[in-house]
Amino acid sequence: MPAEAPARLRLAGLRSALAGPFDLTLAAGECVAITGPSGAGKSLLLRMIADLDPNQGEVWLDGQERATWSAPEWRRQVVYNAAEAGWWGEQVAPHFPAAALAATQLLAPRLGLDPALLEASVSRLSTGERQRLALLRALAGAPAVLLLDEPTGALDETSTGLVEALLAARLATGCTILMVTHNPAQAARMGRRHLRLADRRLVGT
Amino acid sequence: MKPILLTWPDVAIASLLLLVDGALSIWLRLGLHRPLAIAAGRMVVQLIAVGLILRVVFALASPVATLAVVLVMTAVAAREVAARPEQRLVRFGNLAVGASAVTFATFVTAILALTTAIRPTPWYDPRYAIPLAGIVLGNVLNGASLALDGLLGGVVRERAAIEAQLALGAPYRQAMRGLVRASVRRALLPIVNTMSAAGVVTLPGIMTGQILAGMDPFEAAKYQILLIFLLAGGSGLASVSVVILAARRLTDDRQRLRLDRLETKRPGRG
Repeated sequence: MPAEAPARLRLAGLRSALAGPFDLTLAAGECVAITGPSGAGKSLLLRMIADLDPNQGEVWLDGQERATWSAPEWRRQVVYNAAEAGWWGEQVAPHFPAAALAATQLLAPRLGLDPALLEASVSRLSTGERQRLALLRALAGAPAVLLLDEPTGALDETSTGLVEALLAARLATGCTILMVTHNPAQAARMGRRHLRLADRRLVGT
Repeated sequence: MKPILLTWPDVAIASLLLLVDGALSIWLRLGLHRPLAIAAGRMVVQLIAVGLILRVVFALASPVATLAVVLVMTAVAAREVAARPEQRLVRFGNLAVGASAVTFATFVTAILALTTAIRPTPWYDPRYAIPLAGIVLGNVLNGASLALDGLLGGVVRERAAIEAQLALGAPYRQAMRGLVRASVRRALLPIVNTMSAAGVVTLPGIMTGQILAGMDPFEAAKYQILLIFLLAGGSGLASVSVVILAARRLTDDRQRLRLDRLETKRPGRG
């Protein structure tokens, strides 16, 4: 590679017993959308990049190989947001880093969420509210790479538009997004590149 | 005071009560008379065997024989701890985890009691060491199996919540904290109940036994207090260690949650 900055995220031969190998390079501020039939291995790919499932091969972030990071440090930089994110406490607020609560309260209306929801209990949230709050939670640590699994799967058109606008703003600040979606229109709107995953392998389009 | 020794006819008269149970079962069609007879037979054979074995071991007064008896009891307890949960750690993980925790907790509490409070001479005198290990084991078994069941069941149920924390960069230890705490808590509730009910709702077994054997009730109460402290300590040590050991087996060097190391109990097996 010439003397330009290293890629933000680079996968080299990333594979497990279940999927891969995957080779992929993403630039800073780039959004790549992945579509494919259910069971094609889309979530497995995202989970492997976040190092949540056992895997072989290499993943590089800004020219630094993943093995040189501790696993928690890596996952703070490369955040995986599951399609149905888990909640481990009763209340919403403790799921956010204390330092990010104020900023999150300001951000909530941009996703059509009442900031008071942060004081609510998780069990009273609707599926759509949960999904948007999980996204805010993933954004709260300002990660370098976001791995989004169906980020608008439970949302109506209006909320989907709001989420896409917020993600576009993050892209503009240099955050890189790898997004799994079932919606080809969303893939076209968000992804500068659009990849298809079939038979647990990536095929370009 | 000498204990009142029982003769076989005494025991035989009490066994008439079992016949009453059997008659009730036939009369009410409970279908229990066969299991009742088999269980009663087992109980008699097992207890007579234990009585004879202990008589020999007490007479031998050898540390090796004492240790062997305690180890057999520990192994049976470990097996029970391992068998209770729906979920199994692969490669006999439940057995390894259960055996380590039960052995550690039992030996620490029993040896502490034998060398500081009860102090028979020699300290490993089987007349004290074996019954003491037995009582401690019973409670350690309860605590450890509740804790292990809580952790292994909880980790499956709360997978999404644990992985959400990991995905946001929480260390494994932190992501597991809530579940670890809940499992140990659950394991310690029975001993809390035992302590608050002791003497009011129930007359604890040891105290009853010692009163029947002729000991002064006040002295028997002191003994019981000491023993309950031992049981509480043993349960605590066992449940904490079983949970820590099991949680450690569910992760790897990259702090993942490795549910692939769990399998569900095959149906039809104890």
